[in-house]
Amino acid sequence: MESKGGVVFNPGSTRANKTGSWRTFKPILDKDICNDCDNCIMFCPEGVVNKDHDIDYDYCKGCGICAEECPVDAIKMERE
Amino acid sequence: MVKKVITSNEAVAEAVKLAKPDVIPVYPITPQTTISEYLAQYVADGDIDSEYIRVESEHSALSAAIGASGAGVRVFTATSSQGLMLMHEIVFAAAGMRVPIVLADANRAISAPINIWNDHQDSISQRDAGWIQLYVENAQEALDSILQAYKIAENEEVLLPTMVCLDGFYLTHTVEPTEIPNQEQVDQFLPKYHGKYSFLDPKQPTSLGTLADPQYYMEIRYQIEKSMENSIDVIKEVGKEFKSVFGREYGLIEAYKCENADVVLVAMGSICTTLRYTVDQYREKGEKIGLLKIRAYRPFPVDEINEALKNAKKVAVLDKNISFGVGGAVYNDIKAKIDVEAYGFIVGLGGRDINPEDIGDIIEKTKNPVKDITWVGLKEE
Amino acid sequence: MKIPEEELLAPGHRGCAGCGATIGVRLALKALGRNTVAISATGCLEVITTPFPETAWEIPWIHVAFENAGAVASGVERAMKAKGMEDTNIVAFGGDGGTADIGFQSLSGAMERGHNLIYICYDNEAYMNTGIQRSGSTPYGASTTTSPVGKKSFGEDKPKKNLPLIMAAHGIPYVATASISYPEDFMRKVKKASEIDGASYIHLNQPCTTGWGYESSKTIELGRLAVETGTWMLYEVVNGEFKLTYKPQVKRPVKEYLSAQKRFKHLNDEEVETIQEYVNQQCKAVGI
Repeated sequence: MESKGGVVFNPGSTRANKTGSWRTFKPILDKDICNDCDNCIMFCPEGVVNKDHDIDYDYCKGCGICAEECPVDAIKMERE
Repeated sequence: MVKKVITSNEAVAEAVKLAKPDVIPVYPITPQTTISEYLAQYVADGDIDSEYIRVESEHSALSAAIGASGAGVRVFTATSSQGLMLMHEIVFAAAGMRVPIVLADANRAISAPINIWNDHQDSISQRDAGWIQLYVENAQEALDSILQAYKIAENEEVLLPTMVCLDGFYLTHTVEPTEIPNQEQVDQFLPKYHGKYSFLDPKQPTSLGTLADPQYYMEIRYQIEKSMENSIDVIKEVGKEFKSVFGREYGLIEAYKCENADVVLVAMGSICTTLRYTVDQYREKGEKIGLLKIRAYRPFPVDEINEALKNAKKVAVLDKNISFGVGGAVYNDIKAKIDVEAYGFIVGLGGRDINPEDIGDIIEKTKNPVKDITWVGLKEE
Repeated sequence: MKIPEEELLAPGHRGCAGCGATIGVRLALKALGRNTVAISATGCLEVITTPFPETAWEIPWIHVAFENAGAVASGVERAMKAKGMEDTNIVAFGGDGGTADIGFQSLSGAMERGHNLIYICYDNEAYMNTGIQRSGSTPYGASTTTSPVGKKSFGEDKPKKNLPLIMAAHGIPYVATASISYPEDFMRKVKKASEIDGASYIHLNQPCTTGWGYESSKTIELGRLAVETGTWMLYEVVNGEFKLTYKPQVKRPVKEYLSAQKRFKHLNDEEVETIQEYVNQQCKAVGI
């Protein structure tokens, strides 16, 4: 259906915009250290850390909140 | 069908009852208030099953109306003057979001000075918002136009909010015999509305009121332009369909004795009754005077007006509004779009009386013009 | 508390790296679930999530203007009732400008009328979308672009408007404050609000990397510092009953919170002490 008045019919369609390109630092998780506290899932502004703690780099903007909030320092920020 | 002697405000309320809107957010303001009161009473008595929202301002009335219409249900609101001015920003949003709200505007002058009496400055000031505007002449037309307004606004080729403009006090507080259609007929003419572009259903999530950057904005605005053009035919069709059910027909304009007229008076709203009377008086004297009543001001029915005025020698446009320095809005539209010798007359601001003598004066000044724009009935300086 | 996995705000939105507002919305929507309609006031959230022809929202969403989210939500709520969908959650999100300032009347009306909806103010303490201008929610001492520090100014010279208590004065059944840094507390409050029949108001403290001036990684840390210093407090007002929902074990000095942000960097010891005294007084009144 043609959109009128700027109505958007496709929920979640910002996924077309891969914000991973914004990143200058990349979070790298060491799963051996991870204690499954899920802080990184909870606090991600993009919501792109899944239940297995895999980070979707297509969208991760590299803000570093996950690394900062990791209680066991399992996430390191590496320059792209 | 029953016949009642009622004000135009009650006629509007009766029409709203028949149209069965799901949500009515409304805020009182003179001279619209009795519409709010009648509707509140209908709800209180269980005569209509509408959600009545006693909002805290007109701004919120129209905002709530967009929220409700955005959720895909039928909505009614009403206002006047300062209330419409307070709504102004949201008036544009309603058209831009393509929500088919119907609003009754009890035409009243704008502050300052504060004045509760009639002119058209309030609704004219919303001219460019993308709403359809119908100006009515009497209680019957007020009632009938509300029913038609839903049918026009909700048409998928249109999907624009519609304003029914009725003159404050001259209509809102004056009683006239009015036919009230029966519910079955109205249901046949105006079935229940379900939003197709807006519905806010979690099973089918959509986003309404998005941000459009320079890459998209113009196309979305152009859609309004196309829909406004489409509404010309839709208003005519709805008028014909209305006639087939209820026996009364209304179009975009009404041309009264315009053929071969030396002077055609052009106006909107309740003044047309006085003008028609005056035209008859002149015709009896053998003078060729005509009346062009503009009912649909937006869309502006250029072709229909051209046809009606094609043989007119001169035209006098009576405006109950003023754009300072350039005359009234209707006059300016006529000058811009119609090839005719036209003169502008500013009349009736803030409820100033316009009597047949004033109209005679207007006719004389059109026959022997000395200036483009004349303010009628000003006290001697 | 079991946190639902499903994300109802999609990535790809245009929020700054480290945006606190989107964290707040994600958490709120996890608490509410799919059967929810969202209303936004104009502001950061609206702009970053709905760049036509895209939307980040996985649930129905509507925005009309800056100052009318309360009224729009009122209309949506009644329409959903008319459609027989009154079990759908109605949640409105407004920034502090859209809530405490320009949208105040519309919000007050919606609360006073008792619509069955949740209004969440995501408070980043200034007009961030337009470039960090002072709002009624900007705290004492903060330098913003319209309350800048200068030779004759130490920044904002009035304390923050106490919006949650103003909402509580409307006599609505549920008012709460929250912080994105205490997600379980926040989500529990959103859930509770959704289960209450009537109007609920939640005031969410939400640090803003751009407006407050700190590294994007510190968003959660700043929210935590706000609460641990007593600058922001977490409480509920349930049917008029005030109750703290979190009390810092040891109240940390306000200076730790202030010195971590560019907007407060200019404050001298005396000004910091004034803020400390104000915070002490506020905390004492509620038993922190």
